[in-house]
Amino acid sequence: MKKENKVLGFLRDNTVPIMFIVICAVCIPISGFSASYLMNEIVTRMGRNIFLILALLIPIMSGMGLNFGMTLGAMAGEIALIFVSDWQIWGIPGVVLAMILSIPISIVLGAFCGKILNMAKGREMITSYIISFFMNGIYQLIVLYMMGSIIPIRHFSVKLPRGYGIRNTVSLLNMRQCLDNLLAVRVAGVKIPVLTFLIIALLCLFIVWFRRTKLGQDMRAVGQDMNVARDAGINVERTRIISIVMSTVLAGFGMVIYLQNMGNIATYSSHSQIGMFCIAALLVGGASVDRASIGNVFLGVVLFHTMFIVAPKAGAQITGDSMIGEYFRVFVSYAVITLALVMYETKKRKHKSLMAQQLQQEQKEASAS
Amino acid sequence: MNETLDKTNLTLRDRLRGFVDSFGLPRLIIAAFLLMLYIAAPFVGAGFWMQISNTVNRFSWNAIMVLAMVPMIHSGCGLNFGLPLGIISGLLGATLSIELGFTGPTSFLMAILIATPFAVVLGMGYGWLLNKIKGGEMMIATYVGFSSVSFMCMMWLLLPYHSPTMVWGYAGKGLRTTISLEGFYDKVLASFLQINIGGLSIPTGTLLFFALLAFGMWAFLHTKTGTAMTAVGSNPTFAKAAGVNVDRMRMLSVVLSTWLAAIGILVYEQGFGFIQLYMAPFYMALPAVSAILIGGASVNKASIANVIIGTFLFQGIVTMTPTVMNNMIHMDMSEVIRVVASQGMILYALTRKTEATK
Repeated sequence: MKKENKVLGFLRDNTVPIMFIVICAVCIPISGFSASYLMNEIVTRMGRNIFLILALLIPIMSGMGLNFGMTLGAMAGEIALIFVSDWQIWGIPGVVLAMILSIPISIVLGAFCGKILNMAKGREMITSYIISFFMNGIYQLIVLYMMGSIIPIRHFSVKLPRGYGIRNTVSLLNMRQCLDNLLAVRVAGVKIPVLTFLIIALLCLFIVWFRRTKLGQDMRAVGQDMNVARDAGINVERTRIISIVMSTVLAGFGMVIYLQNMGNIATYSSHSQIGMFCIAALLVGGASVDRASIGNVFLGVVLFHTMFIVAPKAGAQITGDSMIGEYFRVFVSYAVITLALVMYETKKRKHKSLMAQQLQQEQKEASAS
Repeated sequence: MNETLDKTNLTLRDRLRGFVDSFGLPRLIIAAFLLMLYIAAPFVGAGFWMQISNTVNRFSWNAIMVLAMVPMIHSGCGLNFGLPLGIISGLLGATLSIELGFTGPTSFLMAILIATPFAVVLGMGYGWLLNKIKGGEMMIATYVGFSSVSFMCMMWLLLPYHSPTMVWGYAGKGLRTTISLEGFYDKVLASFLQINIGGLSIPTGTLLFFALLAFGMWAFLHTKTGTAMTAVGSNPTFAKAAGVNVDRMRMLSVVLSTWLAAIGILVYEQGFGFIQLYMAPFYMALPAVSAILIGGASVNKASIANVIIGTFLFQGIVTMTPTVMNNMIHMDMSEVIRVVASQGMILYALTRKTEATK
C-alpha cells in the first residue's frame, strides 16, 4: 500500500519529464534519424542552450518564478554583438568583448526589470512577460531608428542601406562556432564542444557555490517568505533586484554563446522566442515555478530538444504533412508551460488550505486548554 | 501672506496631482498624444475626415473584443489574456457556417449560432481551470490562449473541411491562412444603414450591434446575478458569507467573456473582410487588454465607458500614427509607438496596488 503511494507520488511529481520520455520514445523510431545524427544535434543544442537556461535558476531561487524577462538579457547580448561586428572584431576576442559589453546593458535592463517586479509582487511572471514585450518595443526603437543616426554604426554589412537601422540579419560568419570549435573533440563522429561545456561547468560550479554564500542564503530566505526575511533584517527589495540583475547578465552571456553557435543574428526576432523555449525546456526537465536544479536543466535540454528535432519528421511520417509536426512541437512547448503553471498553482492552493486547517486546529486546541 | 500663497500653491499642486493620480499619468500622455495627432493630421496632408472614419471603422471592429474583458474583471479573474480561446470558438463558428453552405447574411447568423456552443463548452472548461488556480489567473490564461491557438493550428490542417472557398486549392484539404468573406458575410453589419458624407463613412450597423451588446452587458451587471458577480470580484469572502456561489459566478463570467470574444472576432471579420486562421489569433488578447486599460480600467475595475473610451483611444493611435508620423518625419515608427504605448499601459496597470488581493 505504502509502496504504491510512493510510486504514485513519484509519477505525480515527474509527470512532465515522463510524458516527454514517452513522446520521444514514440517519435524517435518513427522519425528514422540515425543515432549519430541525433547525438550530434543534441550535443550541439546542449552547448547552445544550457547557459541560457541556467540563467533562469537564480530568480526561481529568490521566489520570483520563471523569469520571462530573460529576454532583456538576450537583447543586451544582441546589442553587444551588433557593436562588435560593426567594429569588425572577430573570433574569440569578439566573443569576449561582446560578453563584456553586454554586462552594463544587462545591469541597466535588469535593474529596471527588478524595480518594476518589486512593484508587482505576487504577479511577477505576467509582469516580467509584459516587460519583455515592452522592452522589445524600446529595443526596436534603438536598433531600427537610433543605431546609425544617433549611435554611430559604420560598417555597411551591419547597417541598412537607407543610412540608419540594423539589417534584418547580421552575419557572424567570422565568429561562427569559434568557442565551440576551440578544443572540440570528436568522439565516434559526435563533435563535442569542450570549451563551451567547460564554461557551462564553471557556471554550474558558480551557482552551487553561490547558493551557499550569504547573498544566496538571503535569496532563498526571500523566496521562502518575504515577510519573515524582512523581519530577519534582509533587504528584500534589494535582494530581489540583485537576483534579476544576475539572471539578466547571465542571459546576456548565454545569448552571445547561443548566437556564436548559430552564426547569425536575426536582429528583430532572435530574442523573442528565446524566453519561451528556455522556460519550456527547464520545465520539461522536471522543474517547477518554485524549485529548479541544475539536473533539471540538463535533463530538460536533452528531452526538449530531442522532441524538437524528431517531431516535424515524425509528424510528416504519420500524417504526410510536415507542418503538423512543426505545429505539434510549438503546441507541446506551450502546453508544457501551461501544465507546469497549473500544477504549481494548485499545489500552492492546497498547501495554503492545509496551513489554514492546521492553524484552525491549533487555535481550537489552544482554546480548549 | 507668504504662507497663504504657499498654501494655495500647494493645494493647486495637490489638486493637479490628485487629478493625475486618479486619471493615471500614462493614460494622460496617451490621450494628449492622440489629440496632438488629430491636430497635426490636416497640416501634414492626411485627410482629417478619412482619419476619423478609419478610426471609427476600426473602433467598430474591435470594440466587442474589448467588451469581452469586462465580465472577468468584474468577477475578479483579472485581465482575460486567454481571449484567443474565445476567438477560436468564433473561428470554428465562421468556418463551419461556410462549410455547411450558408451564404450572405445568413452565414453570419449561423456563424454566431454555431460558435455559441463551442464558446460555452470551452469557456466552462477554461472557467473550471481558473477556479482551480485562483490567484494565478493571468499567467495561466495567457498560456491557455497560446496552447489552444497552437493546438488549433494542427486542427485547421487535420479537420475534414471540404468547401473549395476555404481549403488549399492544390491539396484539396487543410484550411487556408486567410479566407475571403466575399459572398458570405463581408461588411454585413457595416453596410447596414451606412452613413456616407463626403469623406466620412460610418458603419452604423456595426456600431448599433456593439451598442446592443454593450447595453446588454450594462443591464446584466445591474441584475441580481450581475451585482453578485461584482461582489465576488471586490470581496470574495464577503460574497461567500452572503451566500453567493463564488465558483459559479466566476465560471459564468468566464463563459460570458469567451462568448463575447467569439462574437467579437466574427464582427471583426465582417469588417475586415477575411477570416484569419493559424497563428493570427495568437497576440490578439494584448491589444484588447491594453485598450480597456487605456480607457481607465484597472485589474479589478472596469465599466462600459472604459471600453468605449479605451477602444477609441487605442484604435485612434493605431490608425493615426502610421499616416501622421510618416508624413511628419518620414519614418514609420508607428509599430514601435504602438508596442511601447500598449505594453507600457499594461505594465502600469499591473504595478498598481489593488485593494482586493486574492
